[in-house]
Amino acid sequence: MSIELQKIAKSYADNLVLQDISVQIQTGEFFAIVGPSGCGKSTLLRMIAGLIPISAGILKIDNQVVNQLPPQQRKLTMVFQNYALFPFLNVHDNVGFGLKARKLAPVKVEKRVKEALELVNLSEFAARKPRELSGGQRQRVALARAIASDAKICLMDEPLSNLDAQLRGKMRSEIRELQQRLGLTLIYVTHDQIEAMTMADRIMVLNDQQIQQVGTPTEIYQRPQNAFVAGFFGTPRINLLPVQHAVAKQLVVDESLTVNLNQPLPAGKYYLGIRPNDLRADFASEKTNAALRNLEYLGTQSVIHAELDNGQLVRVTVDGKLTAGINQRLLVTAEQNFIVFNEQQQAVLFAERGKQIGTTSNQQLQEA
Amino acid sequence: MIEAHSKRQKILEYTVLLILTIFILIPFILGFWTSFLPTADISKGALWSSHLSLDNYVAAITQTPIIRYLFNSLVVSILTMLAQLLFCSMSAYAFVFLKFKGRDGLFYLVLATMMLPFEAEVIPNFATVRSLNLLNHYAVMVVPFLTSAFGIFMLRQAFLQIPTEVKEAADVEGLSHWQFYARVVLPYSRISLLTLAAYSFLASWNQYLWPMLTTFSDNFRPVQDGLRQLQSQETFNNWGMIQASAAIVVIPTLLVLFIGQHYFKSGLNEGAVK
Repeated sequence: MSIELQKIAKSYADNLVLQDISVQIQTGEFFAIVGPSGCGKSTLLRMIAGLIPISAGILKIDNQVVNQLPPQQRKLTMVFQNYALFPFLNVHDNVGFGLKARKLAPVKVEKRVKEALELVNLSEFAARKPRELSGGQRQRVALARAIASDAKICLMDEPLSNLDAQLRGKMRSEIRELQQRLGLTLIYVTHDQIEAMTMADRIMVLNDQQIQQVGTPTEIYQRPQNAFVAGFFGTPRINLLPVQHAVAKQLVVDESLTVNLNQPLPAGKYYLGIRPNDLRADFASEKTNAALRNLEYLGTQSVIHAELDNGQLVRVTVDGKLTAGINQRLLVTAEQNFIVFNEQQQAVLFAERGKQIGTTSNQQLQEA
Repeated sequence: MIEAHSKRQKILEYTVLLILTIFILIPFILGFWTSFLPTADISKGALWSSHLSLDNYVAAITQTPIIRYLFNSLVVSILTMLAQLLFCSMSAYAFVFLKFKGRDGLFYLVLATMMLPFEAEVIPNFATVRSLNLLNHYAVMVVPFLTSAFGIFMLRQAFLQIPTEVKEAADVEGLSHWQFYARVVLPYSRISLLTLAAYSFLASWNQYLWPMLTTFSDNFRPVQDGLRQLQSQETFNNWGMIQASAAIVVIPTLLVLFIGQHYFKSGLNEGAVK
């Protein structure tokens, strides 16, 4: 079942929380909504679920306007960050709770609960109470509850944030696998860019009450439409360096840190976005333009925090074998993979291995 | 040095506690003890007798309507308790899960009634029940106590502890308010409900002033007033028997507290949310 959002907005009194949210989510799509805390992503999810009213705009599920429908008539299920299990019921009854409330025949309830528990590998825990389970198991009970309801749309509100890193990785692939096996249309809210990148078919980035970009993980990473999206995705964070001046077909951050353009840009203020792995650090060079401030060892690679002589801080990824002392001098140079942002921090140019593409959506974005 | 200090402090603390315990327990033990003594010995002020027996208990049960009093109290207390559980939980549900205009104002109004001492309500209440022709009946001891501001307040606080996600999950599952109330809210808050049950049962059991004013016959008189009745009815006060009756009357109170204590364990709601 597809979901369509048309110019959805939410405001509390005079306080605008979300505006102009339009997107079409396809049947069977894994759709992630990503953004920093307080960007309204959970609010958006609750509006889709029908838990809070929509202030403006149209919400369609399966081509039907559902703005006024109560949650249960929207035929969807929801998984919450803190699981929202019923502590006084055992696992089996938790999963079958909604089915019983909807007066489904006991035989059917039994069958669905059994299947759902099998899918999440919790069959042998059916008689346990939630308090006797670990965090990961509790979240799997919540998943089983969603599966058992047989709805084709599933909404998840940061379902993995309460789990530890290792378990999160495991659950990520479990959820993805379940979604594909059951053909669910899944809307997944998270603040974790890695979750969104690894799981989603498409990602919606929210910030400042509005959509920043909607696209596949590759599009979001390689063609971020603005500096916010570029900064939100990718670790370590992208470097966003003010261009000191643009000379003809060259953007200069400092004397040695420059990139070349195929075509000159109109005059103006620009920011150069370069991912840390597209910068080079040379400690052997005689000419230097920066000093090492910190070195984070991550195993196969390390992240250098260096201060350019003009005061700019840059992050550079280098080989993990590199050893260097604090304040050691180095030369930072750029590869020809970069993104150019204009003064409003909208992307105007993407450069990959010499190929350079200007943006057309730029104009449109500025208006928004 | 520190250990010696903390040890001295502990000794001090326990001494104080012990003294307080003795102060509280002595009247109780004394009362219980005298219930085994013959009245002749009690009148002499003796605390020891060679005739310890259960005779007083036999006398209390056979010669006085104490059993009837107990039955009356039991009926009234159980009815009051059940009514309070139902009505307080329903009002509390409305104050927590329903959104309506003036909800908070109404709640503060309910709270404000807690400020009024019951004695201040006695006369208007008496006039009301008299015109309703309820005097000298079980109803007169139940109707004014069908709900309580304290109970509403206590359950509202308990219901507020239910995570919003649990309500949202119930909404998504399509539970109506009645279903959510009966299947989620009540079981979720069962500890608070048990507490309120024990509290309202005991409060009703220990009522004295109101039944004294509104009941005139042994058919409806509850225990606390019955006890008082025993004292004045006899030409000479059979203190041993009165003590025995008092001891019998205390038993249900102890039972409620004892059973209640078993349930007042924390941690039963763990696992709902992280």
